Amino acid sequence: MDVFSDPLNRDVYITGFLWILKLTLAGGVGALVLGVVLAAMRVSPVPVLRGFGTAWVNIFRNTPLTLIIFFCYFGLFSTLGFSVVDDIDLNNFWLGVIGLSVYTAAFVCEAIRSGINTVPAGQAEAARAIGMTFIQTLTIIVLPQAGRAVIAPLGSILIALCKNSTIVGTIGLMESSNAMKDLINANGNAVIPIFLVFAGTFAIVLIPTGYGFGWLANRLAVKR
Amino acid sequence: MSDEALIVLDQVNKYFGPLHVLDDVSLTVAKGEVVVVIGPSGSGKSTLCRAINRLEPINSGTITFDGKPLPAEGRPLARLRSEVGMVFQSFNLFAHKTILQNVMLGPIKVRKEKPAAVRDRAMSLLDRVGIGNQADKYPAQLSGGQQQRVAIARALAMQPKALLFDEPTSALDPEMVGEVLDVMTSLAKEGMTMVVVTHEMGFARHAANRVVFMADGQLVEQAPPAEFFANPKTDRARDFLSKILTH
Repeated sequence: MDVFSDPLNRDVYITGFLWILKLTLAGGVGALVLGVVLAAMRVSPVPVLRGFGTAWVNIFRNTPLTLIIFFCYFGLFSTLGFSVVDDIDLNNFWLGVIGLSVYTAAFVCEAIRSGINTVPAGQAEAARAIGMTFIQTLTIIVLPQAGRAVIAPLGSILIALCKNSTIVGTIGLMESSNAMKDLINANGNAVIPIFLVFAGTFAIVLIPTGYGFGWLANRLAVKR
Repeated sequence: MSDEALIVLDQVNKYFGPLHVLDDVSLTVAKGEVVVVIGPSGSGKSTLCRAINRLEPINSGTITFDGKPLPAEGRPLARLRSEVGMVFQSFNLFAHKTILQNVMLGPIKVRKEKPAAVRDRAMSLLDRVGIGNQADKYPAQLSGGQQQRVAIARALAMQPKALLFDEPTSALDPEMVGEVLDVMTSLAKEGMTMVVVTHEMGFARHAANRVVFMADGQLVEQAPPAEFFANPKTDRARDFLSKILTH
């Protein structure tokens, strides 16, 4: 454990996980918003929107995340010249957030859609019968109940997102897996301890996250 | 009850695939009239009821509400539905909202009324149906009869021009049927326009202005309740009544 007594190494470790935390939070918000919109599209009465939602899910759910992140960097940024900010690290971060959001939204969409199927048809009928529009029925009656039915699977998606965010390392962000690689390269005698610390950090944060979502799912379940 | 027609169905046809569920149905309901629709299962009673606020679109014919034909889709249809209350067999209270929120939601979200005023009205409606003291509970915490009375209060909160009841007591335990019928009877007495699909012959006898008998998607016979129950004119109505009234 001598590796982590060096403040410089500790700094690499902390910076790495701070990137992971930021990627997970920003990607999670992006994926949730996008996923809900996509799910709404997929259940809408408008064929074009339904088609768009279906196409999105089929394209991004079935493309390796590494390719999507690569495309964000080499396609969006290098070729098309799209950049969010001038700072190179921060720009890579946002490109990563875009890739993670776009990819994870496909899974969020499908989870929410399966949640919508748990809401009895009578709920939407009653909402329409008192004069709610399609959007009102969806946002006030159906989605809140659907969301509460899929808290546990959304938790799994968040956990997967957190681990997936290490892939943003492939476009140069010094997140945890790049940090680990650097530390291993510089400390060949401590490969196993370094590996255990990085893996353990993920486990220590993610295991309670999973239980937390399970607890939340029970607490917020809609009683019928 | 006035002579002015509120709901007019003219030669309405509806198919579920090859099944002809509404076969050339024409029916006029006057303002303040209570029409009870009876008939065997699968006769199209519920479909008729649901067609009036277009929860079930029809294939041909016209339905007119308060002088205007039913709008096809979108906001005009939503506005029409807000004027026609509906009470379902399975209550369909919003499961994630409290009783009070269930009643307040329509006026606030659909009519954009001020929450404070709506709250007072909702509470007095809940008191009226005898559930004022349960306002903060969730639907699943109430009995079926209580839930159905909340559903009636929710429909009334929109101050509708007419109320549609789709077998409102069929999912209830027998001892709870009475409390729901009591509320419906008092509404009928106050002059609410009501279309009630039901198997409760007692309610049809004492609260209806007119009984409509349906079979196989057709409107077979209609008459004031006393006349209908004493002297059904068609064989099918006689047959139906003999099956339900002999025990």
